[in-house]
Amino acid sequence: MKQAAGPRPWTFYVFASFFALFVLFLYGPMTVIYILSFQGPTGGLTFPMTGFSFLWFHALVTAERVGDIGGSFQRSIVLAVIVAVLTVVLSVAAGLAFRRRFPGSGVVFYLAIASLIMPGLFVGLGIAVGFQLLGLDIDWYTSALGAQLTWTLPYGLLIMFAVLGRFNRAYEEAATDLGATPWQRMREVVLPILLPGIIGVALFGFTLSYDEFPRTVLTAGTRNTLPLEIWAMTTNVTSPALFAVGTVTTIVSFIAIGAGLISIAVIQRRRTRGTGQPM
Amino acid sequence: MKALPRLASWLQVAPVALILVLFFGLPMLVVVTVSFFDYGQGRLYPTFIFDNYVEIFSSSVTLRLYLSSLKFALIVWAVTLLIGFNIAYFLVFHVRTLLWQIGLFLLCTVPFWTSNIIRMISWIPFLGRNGIFNQTLEGAGITSQPLEFLLFSDFAVIVAYVHLFTLFMVVPIFNSMARIDRSLIEAAYDAGAGPWRIFSEIILPLSKTGIALGSIFVITLVMGDFFVVKTMSGGQSASVVSALSNEISAIQYPPAAANAMILVAIVTLMVSGILRLVDIRKELIA
Repeated sequence: MKQAAGPRPWTFYVFASFFALFVLFLYGPMTVIYILSFQGPTGGLTFPMTGFSFLWFHALVTAERVGDIGGSFQRSIVLAVIVAVLTVVLSVAAGLAFRRRFPGSGVVFYLAIASLIMPGLFVGLGIAVGFQLLGLDIDWYTSALGAQLTWTLPYGLLIMFAVLGRFNRAYEEAATDLGATPWQRMREVVLPILLPGIIGVALFGFTLSYDEFPRTVLTAGTRNTLPLEIWAMTTNVTSPALFAVGTVTTIVSFIAIGAGLISIAVIQRRRTRGTGQPM
Repeated sequence: MKALPRLASWLQVAPVALILVLFFGLPMLVVVTVSFFDYGQGRLYPTFIFDNYVEIFSSSVTLRLYLSSLKFALIVWAVTLLIGFNIAYFLVFHVRTLLWQIGLFLLCTVPFWTSNIIRMISWIPFLGRNGIFNQTLEGAGITSQPLEFLLFSDFAVIVAYVHLFTLFMVVPIFNSMARIDRSLIEAAYDAGAGPWRIFSEIILPLSKTGIALGSIFVITLVMGDFFVVKTMSGGQSASVVSALSNEISAIQYPPAAANAMILVAIVTLMVSGILRLVDIRKELIA
């Protein structure tokens, strides 16, 4: 534990085995449903596999029973992109504000924390009833967008706190000393340094919105997002088509995660090469 | 000169504040207000009555629902704390290179970015009557007939909760532990402290804020859940929010709102109890 080299203590192996079991617990069931989504035509919701087919993926676009998967998928992607963009822009701005103590900062902070831990269904209920009382129609790009932001913005803010906590203000002071205007300082010094963290915020914004369920269920209106469609499937679809939709939606998540993590890694690598030390 | 940075801060924080007020603050006020409304035939009648609350407190179901929710919260809290603490401890104190640390940390984090509903239903082929778990037990000759309690039971609910929420313990505890100054541990070691004293007098106290934050996340997530209980118990168990979501489906908004208010009050009490132990604002912003 203390030396950087040397033989590992026996406890290392105990902890490492525990960690391996935990990873198996996390990924095992997910892996199984990806495999089962290729189930043969006569197969059921568990092993054995009776063959290998793309039948259940095909069923997603053709069968009537599974509902509007295509439309809800499109809406979810568009909504997730909007939420990600808004979350990045607004939480980066707010994060920068919190570097100074200002009157009202405590109120905003606790509002964000309360919004984060409030059961999502209650937020959705309040928004849905509020819209009804005001005579407004609920829809995925209005009420559901607002509902999802009450969940992604606090996360974005927390990540910005963590990122800014490690930010060395000497870079900013140096820029000012060299005659940079506040805008130049922000655009050419602060934002580039924060970029990996900002990509992290975007990744959270996209994936949290794309998979959001409790806040969206009452606020999406008649045109569902994908998680709502999947939720409906869990109660009335008892074929491997349920797993097929799981596989498809997880592939989308993995593409987003991969894009986010790879761009962060590339930026960090360029930096280490350029300056000899990571920032 | 002094007013300028203050104005800048306000402008920077204004959009977030506005959205939180419009889509969180005001809707919560709506819930409070509606909890005093009368209702019938899918309509709301703006009155000021206490009937919704009276009904909740005089119903025998209420206590059972709260006990059920609290039972889940307590068990899941204990299990996720045990797992989360050990995982964080392993990552911080046993993994030696930063690259491995980041890699293994991400390995724990990736599922968080995928669908909760899909992760939950992925337990169905495992725990079902003819599921993988039962097939394995029977194949190994340990049991002769399938265990029935695995799926659509409290057991399945707890497994799914632990699967979904342990990460919320790992991350804050990892953060706290990673900030512990190694020279402190070395000094204690040099001064003759054994592994147990280093653990109980340095590592545990300095991980306290992480444990508190993780506990807040896990407890509020379990207390606020409805879809895991509904699906994984097969409708046999209920929680406060799952009962509440049934009222919402029946367009009985006022009693649902009153129920929500009581739950929020209880969860707020639990959270403020935990907050007495730590200053999360200092922990998060500093």
